[in-house]
Amino acid sequence: MINIYEVNETNQMIQQDNLDVRTITLGISLMDCIDGDLHKVNDKIYEKITRVAKDLVSTGQEIEREYGIPIVNKRISVTPIAIIGEAACKCPEDYVTIARTLDRAAKTVGVNFIGGYSALVAKGMTKGEENLIRSIPQALAETERVCSSVNVGSTKSGINMDAVCLMGEMVKLAAEFTKEQDSLGCAKLVIFCNAPDDNPFMAGAFHGVTEADAIINVGVSGPGVVKHALSKVRGENFEVLCETIKKTAFKVTRVGQLVAQEASRRMGIPFGILDLSLAPTPAVGDSVAEILEEIGLERTGAPGTTAALALLNDQVKKGGVMASSYVGGLSGAFIPVSEDQGMIDAVQEGALTLEKLEAMTCVCSVGLDMIAIPGDTKPSTIAGIIADEMAIGMVNQKTTAVRVIPVIGKGVGEMVEFGGLLGYAPIMPVNKFSCEAFVNRGGRIPAPIHSFKN
Amino acid sequence: MKKSIITVVGKDTVGIIAKVCTYLADNGVNILDISQTIVQGYFNMMMIVDTGAVKSFDTLAGELEELGKGIGVVIKCQQEEIFESMHRI
Repeated sequence: MINIYEVNETNQMIQQDNLDVRTITLGISLMDCIDGDLHKVNDKIYEKITRVAKDLVSTGQEIEREYGIPIVNKRISVTPIAIIGEAACKCPEDYVTIARTLDRAAKTVGVNFIGGYSALVAKGMTKGEENLIRSIPQALAETERVCSSVNVGSTKSGINMDAVCLMGEMVKLAAEFTKEQDSLGCAKLVIFCNAPDDNPFMAGAFHGVTEADAIINVGVSGPGVVKHALSKVRGENFEVLCETIKKTAFKVTRVGQLVAQEASRRMGIPFGILDLSLAPTPAVGDSVAEILEEIGLERTGAPGTTAALALLNDQVKKGGVMASSYVGGLSGAFIPVSEDQGMIDAVQEGALTLEKLEAMTCVCSVGLDMIAIPGDTKPSTIAGIIADEMAIGMVNQKTTAVRVIPVIGKGVGEMVEFGGLLGYAPIMPVNKFSCEAFVNRGGRIPAPIHSFKN
Repeated sequence: MKKSIITVVGKDTVGIIAKVCTYLADNGVNILDISQTIVQGYFNMMMIVDTGAVKSFDTLAGELEELGKGIGVVIKCQQEEIFESMHRI
């Protein structure tokens, strides 16, 4: 039988170390909403989302209450809208009507974000996919809760450089369309390589075309718990360090597994995957950077950071995998800047640069995340940043992503405030040299040699 | 049988257990096990109870929380599975 020490340990994790379930994300297929008539598409999408997700928020709250574990977000992901709208949408503005419908449906069911305003263009773009991409800046400016993602590369098919170039422009436009809110639109836009079909985390969540009609995916979190556990083994060797991370990750993941199974049972919707990611928040003590510092770095970004992060990421997976029946999504440590107090401090003290962050993305999920850059950064430079990150993902057979925010009207050293879980960030300098001739060559980068495994 | 865990943490004072137990008895909740320690002057108690006969778990948890506020301690009521899943394979 459970004893008082175990009960206290669990409750300490929840109350003092910010253990929570970061998100229950309900994936909904919109394949059956496809229609040649734009009004009908919109009506069907609204009807399906509000029907399937009507109990999502209340179920989450019930589970929260009964187990005493906070479930911070309840969210929805849908089939990439480029596919759903292609038959009906003749221009970018047509797609924007679907974005408004998604936003309205999200508000009706009470979720704080809905993901899947997306296009999968790793190899090429259809006319509809290009229209969707061109509609993203307006869609993000006109809606509050819609999140967008575009997959522009994969290990299997290479990198679609035409799409990379276009996304450089769209990121810049999204920033300009929302310049009154510190270019917030870009915080809701992710560019991926090897995007997973079952990622529960925003802004990159979408319901993959290989998925069932509806599915529950859960993302756990627990940087604070890992940090607390590591504070008890200071000075011990790597074996002890790794064992401690694994054991902690196992416990954290078991809570996520319980919540996922319960949500699935109560809503009558199959359980998809559990995402093992260590997801930080701007709250003190809920930071991945603080874990790296607890491991032994004076500041995140110091030499040794990439190795420490590689170790952390791997041990979290090893501990978590056994705790869940299905693991998927991104599953690794997140290193967003604006959403992690330790990262923000490291940038402000000059310990952490864009280039070091890029190196760190080679060994963890997910990529250059929530990084504010100067508002006068050229679209071609943003495309170059995207291309670099996509290349890392393609060659290393992992997911990588870019979510950078060129903050219009602000320059290096100034602060930008996004609010809530999105946090705040100092604007980081970007390499001034041009890559225009490179990114504008046109066409695609072929798949790497080690992708030919058949 | 539906096992739940009640934890009571706070400054030690006269009658904490009595008040919690009275409330549970009045609401048809059977106590299966009690363990209690004092950590650095703080009262720390865990009860395993059967909430199978309780009409609304939500109300029970809410009322216990309120009761705790009256005594000056923190009372939490959680279903057992969260602890089982974390500490037992």
